[in-house]
Amino acid sequence: MSSLSTLTPLTVKEPSPLRSRMRGGARYAPTLATLGLFIAMFAVGAGMYPSFLSGQVFLNLFIDNTFLIVLAVGMTFVILTGGIDLSVGAVVALSMMVSATLLQQGWNPAAVIFLVLVIGGGLGLLMGLIIQYFDIQPFIVTLAGMFLARGLCYVISLDSIPVTEGFFTSVAQAQIPLPGDLFVSPGVLLALAIVAAAFFILHHTRFGRTVYAIGGNEHSAMLMGLPVTRTKVLVYALSGLCSAIAGVLFSFYSLSGYSLAAQGMELDAIAAVVIGGTLLTGGTGYVLGSVVGVLVLGIVQTFIAYDGTLSSWWTKIVIGGLLLVFILLQRLFARKTA
Amino acid sequence: MNEIVPVVEMTDIAIGFPGVKALDGVNFRLFQGEVHALMGENGAGKSTLIKALTGVYTIDSGTITVLGEHKQFSTPAASQAAGISTVYQEVNLCPNLTVEENVLLGREPRRRGSIDWKGVRSRTREVLAELHLNHVDPGSLLSSHSIAVQQLIAIARSVEINAKVLILDEPTSSLDADEVNQLFRVIRDLRDRGVAILFVSHFLEQVYEISDRMTVLRNGKLVGEYLTRDLSRMGLISKMIGKEMEALAELDQAPARTRARTGSEVTPFVEARGLGRKGSVSNVDLSIYPGEVVGLAGLLGAGRTEIARLFFGADKADEGSIRVKGVSQRIRSPRAAIDKRIGFCSEDRKEEGLIGDLSVRDNLMLAMQASKGWARRIPRRVQDELVAEYIATLDIRPANPDALIRNLSGGNQQKVLLARWLITSPELLILDEPTRGIDIGAKTQIQKLVNKLATEGMSILFISSELEEVLRLSDRVAVIKDREMVAEIKNDDVSVEDVMTVIAGGTQ
Repeated sequence: MSSLSTLTPLTVKEPSPLRSRMRGGARYAPTLATLGLFIAMFAVGAGMYPSFLSGQVFLNLFIDNTFLIVLAVGMTFVILTGGIDLSVGAVVALSMMVSATLLQQGWNPAAVIFLVLVIGGGLGLLMGLIIQYFDIQPFIVTLAGMFLARGLCYVISLDSIPVTEGFFTSVAQAQIPLPGDLFVSPGVLLALAIVAAAFFILHHTRFGRTVYAIGGNEHSAMLMGLPVTRTKVLVYALSGLCSAIAGVLFSFYSLSGYSLAAQGMELDAIAAVVIGGTLLTGGTGYVLGSVVGVLVLGIVQTFIAYDGTLSSWWTKIVIGGLLLVFILLQRLFARKTA
Repeated sequence: MNEIVPVVEMTDIAIGFPGVKALDGVNFRLFQGEVHALMGENGAGKSTLIKALTGVYTIDSGTITVLGEHKQFSTPAASQAAGISTVYQEVNLCPNLTVEENVLLGREPRRRGSIDWKGVRSRTREVLAELHLNHVDPGSLLSSHSIAVQQLIAIARSVEINAKVLILDEPTSSLDADEVNQLFRVIRDLRDRGVAILFVSHFLEQVYEISDRMTVLRNGKLVGEYLTRDLSRMGLISKMIGKEMEALAELDQAPARTRARTGSEVTPFVEARGLGRKGSVSNVDLSIYPGEVVGLAGLLGAGRTEIARLFFGADKADEGSIRVKGVSQRIRSPRAAIDKRIGFCSEDRKEEGLIGDLSVRDNLMLAMQASKGWARRIPRRVQDELVAEYIATLDIRPANPDALIRNLSGGNQQKVLLARWLITSPELLILDEPTRGIDIGAKTQIQKLVNKLATEGMSILFISSELEEVLRLSDRVAVIKDREMVAEIKNDDVSVEDVMTVIAGGTQ
């Protein structure tokens, strides 16, 4: 038998340290691009409208989008695993309907909020279990969850239900003063606390790193002995919980419950996450990027409000355009680093 | 040898899949401080046995004991908890994470509930240093490293958990000789520290170099357990493939096929002049005549696959010209190439060739339907005949048209992929590493098939890392170096050394 000699290479194929460091930097590139875009938009706004350049305009981006920030946090977890959650908008509406109805009937607000969180988290948990144990596409399962939650809204009431309960109205009107004549709403603090918690979970706990591992290669994660099943189920439960919190925040914001509220908000959340630099295929992205994504959506709305002549539908058109640009950019980055 | 209690003992193991009996009454034992090779053809049950031991498959019957304790592994996590760690052929790590995370994922040191990233870094450095991988930056992305380094990082992960058993499933199939040596140094190191190592490889020389003992499987059954030094290479091969010894002997002789006529009086099927693509390859002058096998020889990464992709239109050439049957053509897409009767069996059969969830019949029919046009139905009777014919010709095992592709072994998948291309009756077939990672039996069959196809008039561009194989089959050899075609050698009594000299010395 002749020997099976494989050829010896003459060159070392390991990339130089410089190159691998550049690749490391490319990890942050999409998120940094979004941040740059946000700053640029803010600068353009300041150039066009003198009153644009104020701390309060910036803070209002948070105040008006607390619920979207919280939704985007939950969605970031889901998309990082390579999944999707279409139910979040409907769960927001359901949470608002449940809160408004029960408050009208004189329930204790603490009990109402607790119940809403249990419903949202429970629904997410249920969807996660179905996705995992029946091995069904998250798209389909959460689509079913969306119809279920939206349907339940209509069952509760077709009309808008006002919220007049004391705690909710006082939170809705509360302003937390900041130095320099600025203020934020309590909801902003809660949303930022959730962002901070999510950042900690994603970057400093085994659960968070498993989320990234699953998005990178689910099969490998399983073979590495990571708790893939548990993590994936929990991610959907977490997203459901975030939707419920967002629902409560939206109740504070709008002081009502309406079956048709938050239509399409799941898509806003997905758009914010993607614009924020998270890959839809999973494994790459940052929760802080998603927050910047929400701010970009917010500033587009602010622009249109400042202009005053444009229909609010222009928001959707601009967001659609941005989404497309960012997905194309991600492709380019992916190609460069591949 | 240390005839103490084996670290792993598997007794009377059986596993079946629909249509395939993968393992039947197999015994296997693994001792501390040995390198044990698991040998057998593709489809013999090696991978299945490994997956039974790592908890990916659940065994239908039989017992597994680890250090004398009965175990029933239902998940990879359970198997790992028992001290069994595996490095698979396709590196099973997360490319989107850093090296340090891949080493410690799921076991990161923690302080007050938070991952201690400093601890992660220093622990990773320690482990990498143990494997002489000091040059690897723990904070770099896994995907920035070569497959060889990624594989060593996967081993680092096993070292980190203090694995008692390390399973290496085809670890060398995409490594070059230097990288293999580095891997073997690490394996010997671990063995001397008392780790029991299970080594699976198709490279016989490597098995003889590294292993102390071997277990041979054939068709899902145990053939026997032997000390490596007591079993000759011929003995091993005959145990692996049983009765097919004559086939091997036949191939070792010079190819009996008469050389194709080449020269000015015959039009080459395809003729490339100065073909190239920016950033890929350049300066390819290559003609392939009907009935001729042209081999591409060169180092891994020299540009062999890139040339194949240019001929197939998978990448667009931006310099030079291609003539097909004497007519100047531009091959802009694989579709255009297929129209001109060019077929390309890519080296990545999993990603680019076959649909794992469909049966052998369906995979073959896809090609047939594509070549006939989708509107014309192929009657079931014709389907059955054709599929049966290809299964028989290529000896696809199991010979069951309804077996799912993903349940077939690598060699048999390769045969189905070949069959798919043959159905389109190409005049030029490009074979990129058709025999990589498959066993000697299947390899022999594929080499014979190449010979046969060329005799029947097909042009073949044959790419392989094994120079012997290239020289055995080819009429001419094009030598590729540093992404250029540097020489063309007529294959009469050319030796491996001759080609190596050309590769080492550049243009002659």
